Amino acid sequence: MRIVSVLVASLLFGLGLEVAQMTNPQKVIGFLNITEKWDPSLIFVMVGAILVNTLLFHLTKKKASTIFGDVLQVPNKTHIDKNLLVGTALFGIGWGMGGFCPGPAISGLFRLDPGILIVVVSMLAGMFSYGLFQKLVSK
Amino acid sequence: MEIVNFTPMPALGGGVLIGLAAGLLLLTVGRVFGITGIISGIFNPIKGDILWRVIVLIGLTGGAFIGSKVMGTDAALQLRSTPFLIIGGFIMGFGARYGSGCTSGHGVCGISRFSMRSILGTMTFMATGFITVAIMTHLGLN
Repeated sequence: MRIVSVLVASLLFGLGLEVAQMTNPQKVIGFLNITEKWDPSLIFVMVGAILVNTLLFHLTKKKASTIFGDVLQVPNKTHIDKNLLVGTALFGIGWGMGGFCPGPAISGLFRLDPGILIVVVSMLAGMFSYGLFQKLVSK
Repeated sequence: MEIVNFTPMPALGGGVLIGLAAGLLLLTVGRVFGITGIISGIFNPIKGDILWRVIVLIGLTGGAFIGSKVMGTDAALQLRSTPFLIIGGFIMGFGARYGSGCTSGHGVCGISRFSMRSILGTMTFMATGFITVAIMTHLGLN
């Protein structure tokens, strides 16, 4: 049942991205293009997602466990550190440059577009490299 | 600035589906729907913690495929040129792990938890995204 619910949740997520056209980099670049021709659609995606998810998150948190009795594994970091700021700053640069963030890149794979495959492979290379970088820095 | 291509209703509807999806994942298996975190777990495999992550990736593209058929949005997309896809994709992936999250983890799930880290992280990546696109637009780069 857990696997079925993971599948249903991720199908819904991919469906939502496509319905909102967030899998189309022109919609994302259009949103980031505030100085010229601006497409505010992405704000509406975030508002819809945050409203529903806030409600569901706080309802679930009250119960302290899932409907299958599993523990909730919610991030517990609260301090603002350099990694958060540098990392998210870099993330935004790559997001604007390529027009993709992880969800839409993965979701777009069904199109079998070589360009999207290039984004996914480059993203995975970047994620993998961060693992190496982290090991190097922590030495 | 001029407003173009604004599609508020599909955006809001798609957003509601994303919020439901993230809520469902937490309610059933206790995980937040942060796509960077979900992928990262595949790089450091822990026994019994891989399958659900792979299912998420398959479900994401399966859901988008269904959406493209329903919405008629399955035509080819206009992408950036290959060098920007490669460099942008790499920096985006590197930064997503560096900053412990992306648009889904910080932007949707984190803000819904009222996490200050995620609110600040989202403001940061939006700001650098705005700057990057402004520079590229003004230099005529695509």
